[in-house]
Amino acid sequence: MSPQVNAGALKRISPSATSPELIRNFCIIAHIDHGKSTLADRMLQITGAVEQRDMRAQYLDRMDIERERGITIKSQAVRMPWDTDGTPYALNMIDTPGHVDFSYEVSRSLAACEGALLLVDAAQGIEAQTLANLYLAMENDLAIIPVLNKIDLPAAQPEKYAEELANLIGCEPEDCLRVSGKTGEGVEEVLDRIISDIPAPVGDPEAPARAMIFDSVYDTYRGVVTYVRIIDGSLSPREKVTMMSTGSTHDLLEIGVSSPEPHASKGLGVGEVGYLITGVKDVRQSKVGDTVTAAVKPAEIALDGYREPKPMVFSGLFPIDGSDYPVLRDALDKLKLNDASLAYEPETSTALGFGFRCGFLGLLHLEVLRDRLEREYDLDLISTAPSVIYEVTMEDGSESVVTNPSEYPTGKIKEVREPMVKATILTPSEHIGAVMELCQTRRGKLQGMDYLSSDRVEIRYRLPLAEIVFDFFDQLKSKTKGYASLDYSDDGQDAADLVKVDILLTGDQVDAFSAIVHRDNAYSYGVLMAGKLRKLIPRQQFEVPIQAAIGSRIIARETIRAIRKDVLSKCYGGDISRKRKLLEKQKEGKKRMKMVGSVEVPQEAFIAALSSDEPDSKKDAKK
Amino acid sequence: MPAQPTGETPPLDGSLPASAGEGAAERGLSLYVHVPYCRVRCGYCDFNTYTAEDLGPGASRDDYRANLARELDLSTRALAEVGAGDREVSTIFFGGGTPTMLAAEVLAGVMDDIRARFRLAPDVEVTTEANPDTLDPSYIATLAGAGFTRISLGMQSAVPHVLATLDRTHDPEKIPDVARWIKEAGLELSLDLIYGTPGESIDDWRRSLEVALSNDVDHISAYSLIVEPGTKMGAMVRRGELPMPDEDDLADKYEIADSAMEAAGLHWYEVSNWSTSDATRCDHNMAYWRNADWWGFGPGAHSHIGGVRFWNAKHPRAWSDRLLAGDSPAVGREVLDDSTREIERIMLAARIDSELSLDSLGSGSQRAISDFVKQGLLEAEPAAKGLFVPTLQGRLLADYMVRILTDYVN
Repeated sequence: MSPQVNAGALKRISPSATSPELIRNFCIIAHIDHGKSTLADRMLQITGAVEQRDMRAQYLDRMDIERERGITIKSQAVRMPWDTDGTPYALNMIDTPGHVDFSYEVSRSLAACEGALLLVDAAQGIEAQTLANLYLAMENDLAIIPVLNKIDLPAAQPEKYAEELANLIGCEPEDCLRVSGKTGEGVEEVLDRIISDIPAPVGDPEAPARAMIFDSVYDTYRGVVTYVRIIDGSLSPREKVTMMSTGSTHDLLEIGVSSPEPHASKGLGVGEVGYLITGVKDVRQSKVGDTVTAAVKPAEIALDGYREPKPMVFSGLFPIDGSDYPVLRDALDKLKLNDASLAYEPETSTALGFGFRCGFLGLLHLEVLRDRLEREYDLDLISTAPSVIYEVTMEDGSESVVTNPSEYPTGKIKEVREPMVKATILTPSEHIGAVMELCQTRRGKLQGMDYLSSDRVEIRYRLPLAEIVFDFFDQLKSKTKGYASLDYSDDGQDAADLVKVDILLTGDQVDAFSAIVHRDNAYSYGVLMAGKLRKLIPRQQFEVPIQAAIGSRIIARETIRAIRKDVLSKCYGGDISRKRKLLEKQKEGKKRMKMVGSVEVPQEAFIAALSSDEPDSKKDAKK
Repeated sequence: MPAQPTGETPPLDGSLPASAGEGAAERGLSLYVHVPYCRVRCGYCDFNTYTAEDLGPGASRDDYRANLARELDLSTRALAEVGAGDREVSTIFFGGGTPTMLAAEVLAGVMDDIRARFRLAPDVEVTTEANPDTLDPSYIATLAGAGFTRISLGMQSAVPHVLATLDRTHDPEKIPDVARWIKEAGLELSLDLIYGTPGESIDDWRRSLEVALSNDVDHISAYSLIVEPGTKMGAMVRRGELPMPDEDDLADKYEIADSAMEAAGLHWYEVSNWSTSDATRCDHNMAYWRNADWWGFGPGAHSHIGGVRFWNAKHPRAWSDRLLAGDSPAVGREVLDDSTREIERIMLAARIDSELSLDSLGSGSQRAISDFVKQGLLEAEPAAKGLFVPTLQGRLLADYMVRILTDYVN
C-alpha cells in the first residue's frame, strides 16, 4: 500500500520547485449528492493533508448554503502529497461546481486539469449534468477514471452502473474503481490510479508566464484570492502581473498553494496550481478564464477560452418593506465582490416600488443569491417571474434588447428572437412518455434519444430557455418521480411568435405581472393569472375588474365583486377590547398593502401570484 | 371559547387606579351578572358557560349566589376607594350562559343582594337573558316581583332545521306563548335572532323574522352567525363538514331584516339592534357603547370603570377560589390611554344611530366623511348637520369606516 509522503521526500514536491512529472492535476465530476465532498474529505485525511483533529465534514465547501444544500458552487484547489513506488507526487484536486448554471466555470476547471475522476453513486447511476460535464472533459482530452461511490450502501448496484460507465467512456466494466467515501474503502487505489493514469502537465518552463484563472474568491480580510493553473513559465512573489483581458497590472502580494489551508510559497512553476493575491477588491478584476502574465516579460497571446460572464436569466428583486432598499443595495454590492456573473441595476415598479433588476447565470444562481440575501442580510424579498433576453426587431428596422417584460416595445414588431438551449434529460425509460409530453408542451423539438443501458435513456431536446426557467425542472422531477435529471447549454436564438400579456386592475396595468409568452400560451397565461388574482386580492369597496390583455385586446377577464359586509355584528361589553385589537390588527395589515391605482393589494398576493404554485384551495374555501 | 385579551395583572385586592374615579359623577353605572350555566352547549357558542352541575368545591350552582355576594362586596369597596361608588345604578343585565337555569328565587335573591349594596335608580332597567324552555308564567312572575323589567329571549330562529344546526333544543312553537306571558307580566320583550346559519335559506330567514315580529315585541337583536375558532361549529367548518357563512348571503339577510323590522315599526338604533321606540332600546347595551362605567360580576365577566378595563378568571372554579381566598377574581386589565379611549369611542359610536358628532372627529376627517356620503355609506342630510348616520349599506361597512376615521385620532 502507498504510504504518505515522508518529510524528506516532501522537498522534492515543494511548490515552485516541483518538476512537472511529479504533478497531477485532476478534478472530480459528480452529481450533487453523489458523494464528491465526502470522497474529497477522505483524500485529505488519507494523504495527511488535513490532520485528523482538524477534519470536519465537507471541508472544502465554504459557504453554509453550500453545505446545507449539499452542492458546491465555487471551486477551489487543494494540493495533496502522495507516494507511489517510492516517488513523491503533488496531486492538485480542483473541486468543480456541480450545477448546470455554472458550466462555464466547470469548463475552466476542466481546462486546468489533465484528468478527471468520474464519480457516480453506485445506487443511482449517472445523472444528466454529470454526463454533460463528462462530455466536456472528454472533448478537452482529459483522462477519465471512472469511480463508483457509496458501495457500502445496501442499494448499491456496482455491476449495473459499471456497465453503464464502461459504455459511456469506452472502457471495461472492471476498470471502474469501487469506493466508499464514507468508510474510506478503495480511496488509496483512486490516488494510485490518478498517478498512473493521468498524464503529467506539459508546458514550456522558459516561456513568458501564462496562468489561467479558474476561480476567484473574495475574502473580507485578504481581498480577492485568485486560483490559477500555470500553463507556461512561472510566477514568483512580489513581481507585477497583468490580467490579459483588461491589461490591468497588479502587484503580486502573495502567491501560494492551498493544502488545504493557504501557504505562501516561493512561487508557482509550470504545471502547478495555486493562488494569487493582488490586493484587488472585486472579482470582476480577476475573472475566471482570464490569463495572468508577468508585467515585465508578458506573454503575447492569451490562453484560449476566455468568456465574459453572461447572465441568462433576469428577475426583479424587491424588498417587501420598502425601507429595506438601501440594505438590499449594500448587500448586492457586497455579494458582487464574489460573483463576477451577478449583474444588477435599479428598477422601479409601480406595483412593487424600488428594487433591482438582476441577471443570473440560471435559476439555481438566482435561488442561491436570493437565499443569501434573505439569510445573511435578513431581507424579505419578492422576486418577479424570471425572464430571459429577447431581441426585438421593429418594422422600421430598429432593434432592442428586452430583459424585462415591462420594457417590451410597443408599436409594429417585425420579429422577436428568444434564446434557445440544448437540453439533455436522463430518465428511466418508463418515464419517456411523460418527459416527451412535458418537452412538447414547452415548445421543445426532439433532437435524439439514446439508451445508456437497458432501462435508462438520454433524451435530447432543443427548447426555448424561457420555457425552462419557470417551473420546468420541478415539473420534470414530479413527472418522473424524481428520477430524471436535466442539463442544458446555450444554443443560439430562434425567432418565435411571442407576445406580451399585461394584467390590468381596474384598467391600470400592473407591471410586475406582465409576461412575454408564446402567442399560443397567452390565453392560458391570462386566464391563470386573472383567476389567481381574483382569489388573492380581497374584495374592495368597489368592483374590481381584472383583465389580461395583449396590447389593447382583452383576452381574459375576472371580477372581484365589491365588498358588501365589513362589520362584526356582535359587540357586547366583553368584546370591546377584542374588537379594538382586531381593528388595530386590520390597520396594521393595511399598511402592508400596496396601492395599485385605487386597489389595495396585499404583499402576499404578489408573492403568491408570482410563484408557480396554485393558491391554497383549502384556505380559499374557508374565506 | 375565546381567550381573554392580554393585559397587565391587576392587584389581588381588586383596587382600581385613581384615574378610574375621575369624572365618575358624570358617568352612569351599570352592573352585569354573568351566569355561566347551560343545559347544553350550543355548537356555535363561544361564551363562557358550563353544563356540569357541580364544577368542584365552592363552584357548584348552589354556591353561586354566595360567591357573587363576595364579588359585590369587593366592588363596592373598590369603587368607593376611588370615589366612584356613590352613584345610582341605571341598568342591570343578567347574561350567560343561561341565567334562567337558576331558580327564579335565586335570581331574585341576587337582586336583593345588589339592592343591599347599591342604590338603584327609580327607573332602573333590569334585563335577563332567557331560554324559552326555562320560562313559565310563575317563573316570570317571580322575576317581575324581584324588579326585572325586561326579558331577552333566545329565540334565534323559527325554523327547526336551523335550530338543530345551532344545537338549540327549544320548541319554536312555544315562542308565542312565552312571549305573551312576558308581556302579560308587564315586562319588555326582546327577541334574539341569528341569521346566516349553514343551511338557512333566504325563506327560512324571512320565516323567522315573520314569526318574531308577529309577537308584541319591543326590541329585536339580530346577529349574523359568527363561526368562532374553538367552538364545535368552528371545528366542523374547518373540517369542511359545514360551509362558512357567505358574506353576501349575510348582507342580503341583513337587508331583509332591516326592511321587515321597519315594516313592523321597529327602527334600528345600533347595527344589530332594532326597537319600537327610544324608550324600548336596551339601555344596558347603550351603556357599553357609550363607554359608561359598568362592573361585570361572575366568571369571565368584563368590567369598565373610567378607562380601566378588567376581566375575571373564566372558569367558575378559578373565580370562586379567588373570592373564597378573599382576593379579587380579576386576572387581567388594561388602563387605556386617551387616544385608545378615543378610538374606542369612535369604534362604538359609529355603530349607533345619530350618536357620533362629526365635530368630535379629528381634523382632516372631513374628506373621509364626504367620501362616505358620496359612496352612499352615510346619510347626507344628518352629515350636513354634523351627525354620523350610516345608511343601510353603511351599517354593513361600519368597520371599514371606523378604520378610516380612527386614522385621524392623535
